[in-house]
Amino acid sequence: MISQAPQTMFQKIWDQHLVHKEPGRQALIYIDLHLVHEVTSPQAFEGLRLANRSVRRPEFTVATPDHNVPTTDRLLPIADPISRQQVETLRENCKEFGIKLYDLDSINQGIVHVIGPELGLTQPGMTIVCGDSHTSTHGAFGAFAFGIGTSEVEHVLATQTLPQTQPKTFEIRVDGELLPGVTSKDLILYIIGQISTSGGSGHVVEYSGQAIRNLTMEQRMTICNMSIEAGARAGLIAPDEITFEYLRGRAHVPQDFEAAIEKWRQLPTDEGAVFDKQITFHANNIAPQITWGTNPGQVTAVDACVPNPSDFSEEHEQQSAAAALEYMGLQPGTPMTEIMVDRVFIGSCTNSRIEDLRLAASLVNGKQVHERVNAMVVPGSGVIKKQAEEEGLDVIFKEAGFDWREAGCSMCLGMNPDQLASGERCASTSNRNFEGRQGKGSRTHLVSPSMAAAAAIAGHFVDIRNLPSEKS
Amino acid sequence: MEPFKSHQGLVAVINRANVDTDQIIPKQFLKRIERTGFGQFLFFDWRFDDQGNDRPEFELNQPENKGASILVAGRNFGSGSSREHAVWALADFGFRCVIAESYSDIFYNNCFKNGVLPIVLDSDTIHQLMDRKQNQADFQLNVDLASQTIVGDDGLKIEFEIDPVMKQPLLEGLDDIGQTMKQEEKITAYELAHKMAPVSQP
Ligand code: SF4
Repeated sequence: MISQAPQTMFQKIWDQHLVHKEPGRQALIYIDLHLVHEVTSPQAFEGLRLANRSVRRPEFTVATPDHNVPTTDRLLPIADPISRQQVETLRENCKEFGIKLYDLDSINQGIVHVIGPELGLTQPGMTIVCGDSHTSTHGAFGAFAFGIGTSEVEHVLATQTLPQTQPKTFEIRVDGELLPGVTSKDLILYIIGQISTSGGSGHVVEYSGQAIRNLTMEQRMTICNMSIEAGARAGLIAPDEITFEYLRGRAHVPQDFEAAIEKWRQLPTDEGAVFDKQITFHANNIAPQITWGTNPGQVTAVDACVPNPSDFSEEHEQQSAAAALEYMGLQPGTPMTEIMVDRVFIGSCTNSRIEDLRLAASLVNGKQVHERVNAMVVPGSGVIKKQAEEEGLDVIFKEAGFDWREAGCSMCLGMNPDQLASGERCASTSNRNFEGRQGKGSRTHLVSPSMAAAAAIAGHFVDIRNLPSEKS
Repeated sequence: MEPFKSHQGLVAVINRANVDTDQIIPKQFLKRIERTGFGQFLFFDWRFDDQGNDRPEFELNQPENKGASILVAGRNFGSGSSREHAVWALADFGFRCVIAESYSDIFYNNCFKNGVLPIVLDSDTIHQLMDRKQNQADFQLNVDLASQTIVGDDGLKIEFEIDPVMKQPLLEGLDDIGQTMKQEEKITAYELAHKMAPVSQP
């Protein structure tokens, strides 16, 4: 018997989803799960109506409003009439096309990339799409999950398939163990800093190595979430016992769970499979990270200083750095820990899960938010909010002076009223520090939940490795 | 879908890397439920100051770029958010073609769905184009997709690469969904092989 050539996990998932391939055309792949939110879907539903088409597989389609929703009182109507219209449009479209909607009054409402895994909709070996770049989050389960545009949303709604060009594969291995105080957020920021915001372009990244295997599911989601910030088509982590235990008992997992596990065990990359690209990092070289610029690759260690544009070798990097420093109002050579913050945002599909909130709460417990700082916590879903409240985390945050909000994207992009004023500087656990991302003129520093919590207390960034509680 | 065959137009240069889709179309304009009318918001925060006046320093506000339909930019253009609104805004503003060193994958795909041709050229060639524009304010290019060539009004000739599977549908302007629906039998066969209940399609 001739044994098959060793395959990457990505290749296995791709092959299993190939519907059709003919010369001169993109491959047609089947989509197992389609997540929908209010911002990128209205034009797609409208397209269906205009062409008199239906949704082929409404049962594989799940929707929730998250980007536009207020994080204050849910019983009040949405104040902004255009936001309200977008949320209502989603409601009407779901009704018309028979799509399950987790609406604002549902405990399961939340950021679409948080609720998919939480409900057990996200499973190993699946193809998952959403009109949202952070669909890469779901790759933490060993699913090929990627963001698409609105035209593609319409395509998937109508056909449950998508024409795709097969991406290349890229293995990022992280050996060793993360040091105390260093989180998976720091790890992914560090990786992006090393390979740049276009380092993963055209590739599906598979993260491997001991440091990755040690991570919990929630930490793995943070890594895969920010694959898009490295320019990757998707991120993948092989499913293992940690994955299976996370999924066990969740609402939408297969009924014969043991049989499903057996199937999922076949997914990991075979010994000897070849990736198109490979790079290895060592976890013990990594310190807590803070971005200083206006893209996630402009990042440095907490114990470093704001760089000088002349530190960079390439002209375009020097230009970008100079423009970023001007926008951010930072002087080269300033120690990162001397940067003062006005606002702190703990939330977003990167870091709004229960472990993130526990971690942040552990640094806040019994302390007070600095008088100059306005800080808020926005849980990723109604379920997380409830669980946090059962654990008393809300009390810890509120007593310290944090705002405790309802679930949604919130100040990750400020489509709702949660925004920074021009010139305000924010320690944010989100994923994008682009100009104006959190409000026109806003200055965003991306950090882990613990770094954000510590900055809220101190009023400036601190090296959490030096805090008494982190020393062991 | 709108086809792209060839196009002649004025060149505008935005010599910046990592122009993200948050800049191309800021979030406050994503609340619209229509597909049209986004051009007025293109690069909004770069184009206008707080009073809504043109910022004279922004490239597209400069007189030599008025009416441009070919945009030359740095590397990693269209990075960040998947918002197709970015391409809708560029197209509605009048751009038919973008030339850059590289693009984010999602932005690149979105262009093809809207009759906008994203061309990839190496850094030296991009700088050559930028220099020509600098020296000649009304610098025009003729872009021909079938022959994969760009010809400048000064005689400059450049060939570009493009994946034939992306090129062909754009040339033909075919409706993607309609094309896929022709594979209905294959899709149904796939679903049956994976034990999914049949779909009753109209
Ligand atoms: S939390 Fe932020 S990044 Fe995540 S889906 Fe919402 S807006 Fe996008």
